[in-house]
Amino acid sequence: MARVVVDVMPKPEILDPQGQAVANALPRLGFTGVGSVRQGKHFELEVDDDVDDATLARIAETFLVNPVIEEWVVRRVTP
Amino acid sequence: MTKIGVITFPGTLDDADAARAVSSAGADAVALWHADADLRGVDAVVVPGGFSYGDYLRCGAIARFAPVMGEVIAGASKGMPVLGICNGFQILCEAGLLPGALLRNAKLHFVCRDQWLRVDNTETAWTSRFDRDAEILVPLKNIDGRYIADKSTVDRLEGEGRVVFRYVHGNPNGSVNDIAGVCSANGRVVGLMPHPEHAIATLTGPSDDGLDLFRSVLDAVVNP
Amino acid sequence: MTTEPVGSDLDHGQPVDTVECAGLTPDQRQPYRELGLKDDEYQRIVRILGRRPTDAELAMYSVMWSEHCSYKSSKVHLAYFGKTTTDDMRARMLAGIGENAGVVDIGGGWAVTFKVESHNHPSYVEPYQGAATGVGGIVRDIMAMGARPIAVMDQLRFGPADAKDTRRVLHGVVAGVGGYGNCLGLPNIGGELVFDRSYAGNPLLNAGCVGAMRVEDLHLAHASGAGNKVILFGARTGLDGIGGVSVLASDTFSGEESAGRRKKLPSVQVGDPFTEKVLIECCLELYRAGVVVGIQDLGGAGLSCATSELASAGDGGMHVWLDRVPLRAEGMTPAEILSSESQERMMAIVRPDDMDAFLRVCDRWEVLATEIGEVTETGRLVITWHGHVVVDVPPRTVAHEGPVYQRPVERPADQDALRAAGPESLTRPSTPRELRELLLRMVSSPNLASKRWVTEQYDRYVRGNSVLAQPSDSGMVRVDEETGRGVAMSTDCNGRYCKLDPYIGAQLALAEAYRNVATTGATPLAVTDCMNFGSPEDPGVMWQFEQAVRGLADGCRELGIPVTGGNVSFYNQTGEVAILPTPVVGVLGVIDDVGRRVPTGLTDEPDQTLLLLGDTRDEFGGSEWAHVVHDHLGGVPPTVDLARERLLGEVLVAASRAGMLLAAHDLSEGGLAQAVVESCLLGSVGARIVLPEGSDPFVQLFSESAGRVLVAVSNAVVPAFTEMCASRGLPLTEIGIATPESGILHIDGVATLGLDELRDAWEGALPALFD
Repeated sequence: MARVVVDVMPKPEILDPQGQAVANALPRLGFTGVGSVRQGKHFELEVDDDVDDATLARIAETFLVNPVIEEWVVRRVTP
Repeated sequence: MTKIGVITFPGTLDDADAARAVSSAGADAVALWHADADLRGVDAVVVPGGFSYGDYLRCGAIARFAPVMGEVIAGASKGMPVLGICNGFQILCEAGLLPGALLRNAKLHFVCRDQWLRVDNTETAWTSRFDRDAEILVPLKNIDGRYIADKSTVDRLEGEGRVVFRYVHGNPNGSVNDIAGVCSANGRVVGLMPHPEHAIATLTGPSDDGLDLFRSVLDAVVNP
Repeated sequence: MTTEPVGSDLDHGQPVDTVECAGLTPDQRQPYRELGLKDDEYQRIVRILGRRPTDAELAMYSVMWSEHCSYKSSKVHLAYFGKTTTDDMRARMLAGIGENAGVVDIGGGWAVTFKVESHNHPSYVEPYQGAATGVGGIVRDIMAMGARPIAVMDQLRFGPADAKDTRRVLHGVVAGVGGYGNCLGLPNIGGELVFDRSYAGNPLLNAGCVGAMRVEDLHLAHASGAGNKVILFGARTGLDGIGGVSVLASDTFSGEESAGRRKKLPSVQVGDPFTEKVLIECCLELYRAGVVVGIQDLGGAGLSCATSELASAGDGGMHVWLDRVPLRAEGMTPAEILSSESQERMMAIVRPDDMDAFLRVCDRWEVLATEIGEVTETGRLVITWHGHVVVDVPPRTVAHEGPVYQRPVERPADQDALRAAGPESLTRPSTPRELRELLLRMVSSPNLASKRWVTEQYDRYVRGNSVLAQPSDSGMVRVDEETGRGVAMSTDCNGRYCKLDPYIGAQLALAEAYRNVATTGATPLAVTDCMNFGSPEDPGVMWQFEQAVRGLADGCRELGIPVTGGNVSFYNQTGEVAILPTPVVGVLGVIDDVGRRVPTGLTDEPDQTLLLLGDTRDEFGGSEWAHVVHDHLGGVPPTVDLARERLLGEVLVAASRAGMLLAAHDLSEGGLAQAVVESCLLGSVGARIVLPEGSDPFVQLFSESAGRVLVAVSNAVVPAFTEMCASRGLPLTEIGIATPESGILHIDGVATLGLDELRDAWEGALPALFD
């Protein structure tokens, strides 16, 4: 078994209302100096050893993300 | 006349409805603004439903830091009755006035339906007008309505009779022990996911069962 | 070949194409074709300006002259609506076609505005956001009339229910409509859900909104009064939905990514319902404060549209300092800023003296508001960027005087064959057992099954004024809490009927929406439409469109209610194959007291008689039976008799006023069987049905003849109601009784069905497909 991490973020040009709401709230709570916040998703997958990188890429691209609005990184955390 | 405050945060949706329910019960509804640390002399407060701050981050997580909430927390500590409905319940949980948290519904969808509830505790500030074990029909509408708390908390709530409302004839969202609403240890603060303010007339709701919450609090502020 | 960009190097180290540059480089090649402009359209722009357009001007013209914004293929046909609208029909219209949305006077000092718009393609590319921003856009349209939005509706059409991609699109679209509408705090009171092969790859997301205001609060999108300020307020402007225009910023005209230049961007926008909710409350407070001279929402074509339309409809010109627009992305060019479709933005015209009050309200709601321009007397729309003029145009040429096409129109060659291949040859059920099986199969088929799986994801209670919502025949909301005055709205369209005969099909859609409104006790007042068709470059599609427009307009004249506005969506097709012609028709009605609304489901009162109003004929062309059982589409649609529909409507409203109706349900797809099953299940009340002696039970139960309504009246009222119908010449058949305690639907000589069995079939179908 291997552990695979997929991190998904809204593309830079795409509006991220969730991150924006957090960024706007921070100064009200007395935390200054935070310019912007963007919120994404983090997936952890336990996969069999015979699942290759190409398959992982397909899982991410076709299911975990919508490539129209999101960008993503697939990483094997344990080999 | 008894004055009951209704808070509006950016993104609050059911404030007009809560105010209508308060008026229908015979009290004076007073609008409270999130940015004002001022309860305008009200006798009780309703934190209504909606999507304060878009429910971004977590439901209620941003609203609970609003200036008005400091006053609500202070008031509650002195026994002022507070009712949190839906997003209001989530805010009260985030603020630590009520135990537990609300998570995404079991089927991950928004659920809007007419829901049967059983009133399990008629000793609170908001439920004294109900008969014990009364079944009431009230709209439920949310996407994050699954009540959850750690086992010791749930056991304590059950043991102390602090589960106020329980889903009956089917659990709509996977809430632990079918819990729809709970109260503070002193019974003055009540939170529930379903919307009693949308059950005040059969013209616009499934029943008028919800009105008794708002009538109950009239007794509570007279006899604290 | 690439051309060395010529332009002033302004602030960002990026060359910007100014009017001055355009004059100096008249022969510079411009990517107008990539922006969707034809050669002659480009030449027309050059003639209008007396020079080549700047990049920013090119961006504006190309988007404003697109099919979507200019209605260039549909305009010549839509003019027919004006020709068929009489002064009598106009009497209650306060604003009509050409405004953001139509407005009608509903009495008691109240006005109501309503509209349906399409957001089809974005909902295929990114279903959640496409649907969400579809709802957001129509709500801002309504807001821009000065109204408080009070309800939304959604008309959804997908490919076959069991197709894999349908699941993806439907899940996203339903979650998007719900996610946005619920968070915005508007009750969803109804809509449509239709599955058909032709919508695979071309799903339709139409969203409707109803708004209410006091008559005197009507606001129109005019920029008038020189010296008045132009305010942009709401969200910041980012790189949303500027897909096409990004070719202007790339080295090569094909829009490929290259070092230092912007890659081609997706034409998708992300909605933020929270910002929109705050924007609604902010706008309403601004209206109440009386500090708004004119207002316009920013939707398709963003600032290009808002500035040119406001200036064009006003009495002078406008100057805009584009560098003042608050941005969300770095290094945006003027063309990109003008084309951005970032959501949740509005533009207002404000008198200088009112600026402080205006900004105070925005500040209270934490809404960003920026003065970006001024109304002028020049008659021109001038836009500057850091002191340089990048746009200088006559605004009417952008907004209202775009190209107009008389596209070829030709009745499709196979239309006759389609009409000749009628349902007569299809095998019909003959035994009671076959009829029973058919009934269960029909009620559990995707188009007839309960839509609860979808509608349960929508908030129908918020604001506390929803009197009727799905699955009622029409949605109904209270407008005035004091008097109980309210409005009802229904939208309908059967694309299968329209394919067989678009003229009659459009009239059948109108008739059904009209009937649905009257069935709930409201008086139909006005019409809106959302025309979804294939490519206007296909003469056969243009014929369908022309026929549908004529059918709808002629039908409205006959019913005496005006079309107050509409929306056209073309290019809904995959390759050569267009969707079924889908002219969605919405009818708005008024009811003086929502307390007398007529429910759709049967009630549990004792001693009720069920009556069927209207005539039943052997009509199965385009029927749901032919679709479900035989996968057949051919023949002619049911006949439409609008005089009869009008009469039926009058009887229903009169009976509602007289308190005669305990329940009423319109008959449509699936015929009497479907209507009876729904009436029983919605009220959890059984019934015994006795079909007319000697009739063909299959025809009686499943024919889709128009102009029919099932009503329940108390036995004591039957003579008076029968007399009322007879005196007006409306056919009526006693068809059975309600049996509240029985728990069964019994159809004499055909079948006995438990309500539980029916409920499982009707309500279980969509969860089985989509859970």
